[in-house]
Amino acid sequence: MSEAAMLRLEQVTVDFDGFKAINDLSLTIPSGSMTVVIGPNGAGKSTMCDTIIGRVRPTAGRVLFHGEEIQRLAEHRIVGRGICRKFQTPGVLIGLSVIDNLAIAAMRDRRWWRSFTRAGEEEARAKAEAVLEQVGLADRRDALAGNLSHGEKQWLEIGMVVATDAELLLLDEPTAGMGAAESSQTAQIIRTLVGRHAVLVIDHDIDFVSQLEGHVVVLHQGALLREGTLDEIRRDEEVAAIYLGRAK
Amino acid sequence: MLNLPFKTIGGGAALLLAILAPWLLSAYDLNLLGRFLALSLSAMGLVLLWGEGGILSLGQGVFFGLGGYLLAMHLKLDGLGAGELPDFMTWSGVTALPWWWAPFRNPLVTILGVLLVPAAIGAGFSWLMFRRRIGGVYFALITQALALVFATLLISQQGTTGGFNGLTDYHNLMGLNLNDEGVTRGIYWLTLALVATAYFALRWLLSSRFGKLLRASRDGSNRLRFLGYDPTPYKVVAFSVAAVLTGVSGAMFTLHAGVVSPALVGVVPSIEMVIWVAIGGRTYLVGGIVGALLVNFAKDKISTALPELWLYALGLLFILAVTAFPRGIVGEFEGERRFKPARLGDMFARWRAGRATS
Amino acid sequence: MDAAFLTGQVFNGFSVASIYILAALGLALSFGLMRVINMAHGEILMVGSYLAYLTILFIPGPLGIFAAMLVAFIGAGLLGAGLEAALVSKLTARPLDTLLATWGVSLILQQGARDVFGATGVSVTAPAWLDGAITIGALPLPAARLFIMAVAVAVLGGLALFLRMTRVGLLVRAVNQDRATASAMGVNVRQVDAFIFGLGAGVAGIGGVVLALLGPVTPNVGQSYIVTAFLVVVLGGLGSMIGTTIAAVMIGLVMALAQIFVDVSFAQVLTLLFVVLFLQFRPQGVIAIRSRALDAE
Repeated sequence: MSEAAMLRLEQVTVDFDGFKAINDLSLTIPSGSMTVVIGPNGAGKSTMCDTIIGRVRPTAGRVLFHGEEIQRLAEHRIVGRGICRKFQTPGVLIGLSVIDNLAIAAMRDRRWWRSFTRAGEEEARAKAEAVLEQVGLADRRDALAGNLSHGEKQWLEIGMVVATDAELLLLDEPTAGMGAAESSQTAQIIRTLVGRHAVLVIDHDIDFVSQLEGHVVVLHQGALLREGTLDEIRRDEEVAAIYLGRAK
Repeated sequence: MLNLPFKTIGGGAALLLAILAPWLLSAYDLNLLGRFLALSLSAMGLVLLWGEGGILSLGQGVFFGLGGYLLAMHLKLDGLGAGELPDFMTWSGVTALPWWWAPFRNPLVTILGVLLVPAAIGAGFSWLMFRRRIGGVYFALITQALALVFATLLISQQGTTGGFNGLTDYHNLMGLNLNDEGVTRGIYWLTLALVATAYFALRWLLSSRFGKLLRASRDGSNRLRFLGYDPTPYKVVAFSVAAVLTGVSGAMFTLHAGVVSPALVGVVPSIEMVIWVAIGGRTYLVGGIVGALLVNFAKDKISTALPELWLYALGLLFILAVTAFPRGIVGEFEGERRFKPARLGDMFARWRAGRATS
Repeated sequence: MDAAFLTGQVFNGFSVASIYILAALGLALSFGLMRVINMAHGEILMVGSYLAYLTILFIPGPLGIFAAMLVAFIGAGLLGAGLEAALVSKLTARPLDTLLATWGVSLILQQGARDVFGATGVSVTAPAWLDGAITIGALPLPAARLFIMAVAVAVLGGLALFLRMTRVGLLVRAVNQDRATASAMGVNVRQVDAFIFGLGAGVAGIGGVVLALLGPVTPNVGQSYIVTAFLVVVLGGLGSMIGTTIAAVMIGLVMALAQIFVDVSFAQVLTLLFVVLFLQFRPQGVIAIRSRALDAE
């Protein structure tokens, strides 16, 4: 399997009634990589995630996953292909326990008529238990997801995304609402995922981004401005002018 | 865990009392109890649909009516000769039996019809809605319109539906005299058996992974979608199961009450079903039964004594049920335990139990 | 089927649509703002009708109807604002529960009207200038129905101007677009909610006056229109005025034109079928609004 072929955006444009949230964006994400997308508010970071995951349909261009077009598939089918996303505001299933949240995510067989049987639950449970340790929620195993703290919900949702065992994980602002200590814990969790999964992280927080040690992509006005290592990006004057300069 | 035996004992005692009811209650009260137990089938359907699935239907009267009318059609045809017509058709000047009446001469077709017609209509309608992600308030309002249209249609087709008066005045079911005391007791026990069966079947359904996923679709349809599940079929199944239960409920109610009419299927009766469940406890199957019995007995007592008062009381019940007691009667008794994972329905309870002993 | 009959049905469609506009506008406004539907809205229509009856008892004469509109607008508006403050505002995060609670209110208001005015209807004497008909070609157009259309158009125009031109309107649009941001910018979101709820109820009050011109006023008068008004809101899309108007006209026309071929009850069936099919193609209704929230269903 060629590395470059895992996910490719080809000249994707998303037009919201005249406003181009994504403008002719091309981007490649290799298997097992760590990509960090940064950019000022309104740069199109979340819309890019929305487009990959099928929540927003591109006005023009193609989204290729392993060489196949996915931009017209239903959301749940895109997940079935192996892409899963964590949202900016944590969307855990509040009426279920932590372990059930993970187990539902970990189920391989997602056909509804199989949900009356116990088939596949054994495997899902093993996966769920493993992820539970990985995201550090072992002591909250049986708590109701709705009763978790904000940070715990973020971890649980990362865990759910991981539990699907998708090849590509999209993490949209995984540290939103977290303090510095929680953030670096989150960075540690995310680093363990690379290799088995390709990870794409969106974040504002440069300290957090530097802990991820990934390939950095800068979006500006819906288009790709620069990509490279964080050091290269930091030295780039144009980026500094529009983004870092403004942030610091 | 301590209260588990208490619940089992309490439930067993209630069931025993219900079985012995024909010897404990007057014929009048037994008839009422039978009717209200039949209604509790509708209520349990709403617990599944609304409590667990988060889907509020204000049109359950449609399925209640389908079950009731289909059975009543059979009852009207029972004992008629080949060329004879039900009495009300003759009065309205109808000269030939409509084609859609004919199959229900057969009792087996009738039973299948009571089960399958609500299932098919429920599945088709809800699939159209849920596949386009129409839910919440929108869904509730559309189902209400469905109830209105159904009742209007029944009233307008006097000659084939009995119009405003509905279908009534029947005495025999498969050669049995419906007024015979033994037969009424039998129908009562049949109702009770159906209620018990529905209760345990729904318990099983809610404890399966299906139940979890249904609850998940209530709390976050989109989250579920982005975990790779299509939430639509879970909602469609919940709606269809509720439709079948409500259809059976309508059929059994018709047997007890001896009448089915548009007044039982329209907008007002449909939304009243919701209040039974809200009062009893919307997320508890027992709550559905308790609510249906309590509200209807209260209605019977209050509306015979002080008819004007009943609507004020009912209005107040609606307001209080969502503001002061959103968890319902059973929920108030359950207290904090509601979300304890040890509750039946934890997908992993078995494994944890296994782990604890090893 | 001749052309005059067809034109007549189209006229009827617009006339019915006008009533739906008056009944649904208030629902749509507060739905757009708070995502809740007031099931007692039909009874606010009913209160408007009874207020018209009372006003015209005291102020007969040709202009009584305008006095009735003013009284009904204010009376129903106050009732709506009171309902919002006492009940709906406490339940905004639970739209389905709001349906049930306001249904309770509707039962109480209906029974109240029955106890005060009796179960049989009372009649409002329409002013003489509404009795006749204006004949265009071979087609007599009843003056009362023309008047209803004029009222609907005037209300729509007035509301649109109000929302565009005034400061209050600006606040309403701000909250409509982004509640959280508006609140953060210092807009008193709660007051805007209550105001719009009251305003919508006031419009329904005017709708009630119009209903009183068409037939006897009974405690159930609102119920006969409100379920269709709910459908108008669903079809119109997230609380937009334009969407509501278009939806009301569509439903009015479908209902009137269907009656060329079938009776009233089947026309209702066809109308519901039309709504269900329309939503297959545009599930968000006539006017769709994009949302970035995860669970915006």
